[in-house]
Amino acid sequence: MAVLIDTHTRLLVQGLTGREGTFHAKNAKAAGTTVVGGVTPGKGGSAHEGWPIFDTVQAAVRETGANASVIFVPPAFAADAIMEAADAGLALVVCITEGIPTLDMLRALTFLKARPATRLVGPNCPGVISPGRAKAGIIPAHICREGRVGVVSRSGTLTYEAIHQLTRLGLGQTTCIGIGGDPLIGTSHVDALRLVADDDETAAVVLIGEIGGTAEEEAAAWIKANFRKPVVGFIAGQTAPPGRRMGHAGAIIAGGQGTAAEKMAALAAAGVRVVRSPADMGKAVREML
Amino acid sequence: MKIHEYQAKAILGRHGVAVPRGEVAFSASEAGDVARRLGGVVVVKAQIHAGGRGKGGGVKLARTPAEAETIAAQMLGMTLVTHQTGPAGRMVTRVLVEEGLQMARELYLGLVIDRAAGKPVMMASAAGGMDIEEVAASTPERIVRAAIEPGVGLVPFQARQLGFAIGLDGPRVPAFGGIASALYDAFMASDATLIEINPLVVTSGGALLALDAKISLDDNALYRHPDARELRDAGEEDPLEIEASKFSLNYIHLDGNIGCMVNGAGLAMATMDIIKLAGGQPANFLDVGGGANAEQIRNAFRILMSDEKVKAVLINIFGGILRCDVLASGVVAAVRELGLASPVVIRMEGTNVEEGKRILRESGMPLTTADTMDEAAAAAVRLAGA
Repeated sequence: MAVLIDTHTRLLVQGLTGREGTFHAKNAKAAGTTVVGGVTPGKGGSAHEGWPIFDTVQAAVRETGANASVIFVPPAFAADAIMEAADAGLALVVCITEGIPTLDMLRALTFLKARPATRLVGPNCPGVISPGRAKAGIIPAHICREGRVGVVSRSGTLTYEAIHQLTRLGLGQTTCIGIGGDPLIGTSHVDALRLVADDDETAAVVLIGEIGGTAEEEAAAWIKANFRKPVVGFIAGQTAPPGRRMGHAGAIIAGGQGTAAEKMAALAAAGVRVVRSPADMGKAVREML
Repeated sequence: MKIHEYQAKAILGRHGVAVPRGEVAFSASEAGDVARRLGGVVVVKAQIHAGGRGKGGGVKLARTPAEAETIAAQMLGMTLVTHQTGPAGRMVTRVLVEEGLQMARELYLGLVIDRAAGKPVMMASAAGGMDIEEVAASTPERIVRAAIEPGVGLVPFQARQLGFAIGLDGPRVPAFGGIASALYDAFMASDATLIEINPLVVTSGGALLALDAKISLDDNALYRHPDARELRDAGEEDPLEIEASKFSLNYIHLDGNIGCMVNGAGLAMATMDIIKLAGGQPANFLDVGGGANAEQIRNAFRILMSDEKVKAVLINIFGGILRCDVLASGVVAAVRELGLASPVVIRMEGTNVEEGKRILRESGMPLTTADTMDEAAAAAVRLAGA
């Protein structure tokens, strides 16, 4: 089995008619995903690339039986799209959009707390893929292969790096979850680890963190207490200067807190095999299995 | 986006936080005029985007307008070095001239978003006027907190709890509650990511005022605050960083000699890390973003090459939304237009990688390609040293 998405996933694409939405909907379909349609307010009733388009998520769910959605709408409208998807009862909402105002996400997360049946992944993330089964997001399927390693990552392209290494080494992946680089996200490292902990097919996990915040420290504490599978960890930003925001809104070292050194030490103390070079993630997994 | 103290005070003042009377001045004579209008003792404060100004000589008392003018003349144009500016310091181009106040107590009041809880959290401390991060590290019990329910806002009892906890007496607590509530309103209305009043002072007359204020605004929300864009002080930013921001490129200037162009913040940081592990020093952080186009790639390349310290360039792209063929076309166009001042190492993988490699190969340009990050970093370090 895989986590979050599999062959039962019926995926809706919010923003399907846009350039990125179209490109990635086609890729998701090519990767085996059942893409059931799209939502673009004002374009309901039309068709796009053979998919039906709906004005509202509610109508799309009613007509297509969608159980998951992936969001490719511009930042100013993305929090609204997340809340609409949750309100329509979708079990999984994956938001790819980068650059959503923090206060918009604050409202969206508050809205989601009252709708515990919905899991949000992201925003500002590459999404989720279960190779050979389904994907919701932008992770290139052709670098993946079915296998037994889970990937949980705060970074986008660094996730692809880990996936690529695992594929080259013949290990493959069960499910890869890009949790997103923003300060406010729907699924934390710990949430994602909880999911893969219960997945029998996942034999080991690659955990990718970044400077800023304390999510990796929380993951380390949770791993120490609860997680029994081998974990390889990498923290990006070992050489980042303090006080500067390194691209991701969440990646900033403030007041000596959230440094790579602290996070690496916490993970190592929890039994995680921490690699200093991002090129060593795959090799370290192979050595542990 | 960081803004100046006087701008932060104007925002807080509009929402009902009491601030000292004062005005910004861009010249010594203006500073003298402001001091004359205010009357009495004034404080002249250098306006830079960094704390620790007092210790660096950026905050001075003036007893007369003439003295204010003299002090402003010294400050304007000086390079102020504090523990937050780094050794290069910041050039002072404007000063805030404010009424001098007799203080009885210095407190701290701040608001940030608590990531783990997903809520705004208000923090208060009786240990105002000090570096709050130092207080948090050495005496965390001296900081009290209130988590705010986003749908409800700051509730009066929370402000009362904070006020009593930092030792305010009866009549001062309602005034503190008013300031806390105004601070929360200012935060939400301006899309701030951080507001700090440090110190919040109790004057000898018993009034509460924001003596210093710091606000950081959410870059992602600037689109809905056209007025806030005017608060940007380009003089506080690196010229290459400003140039990069015009093309939606996320660039941070560093001290090394290997220019980096990467897509994705995490991979960009990891690329810096791997350059260091290979024995080199990155010249910058540059995230061209997930969906960069050929035009952005061309501009990114131009900005990298305009850093005189750069001796080699490492392009590390893992194609997701950004396709490798788009990257390759952008790089080829940039090299054709700008020439190849330094050797370039390209490592790419992901969407349309074969097409991208073909474009690079058929360009006939002397670009070094590498298959893995290790190889790429090693090649860039070698070429930078050669």
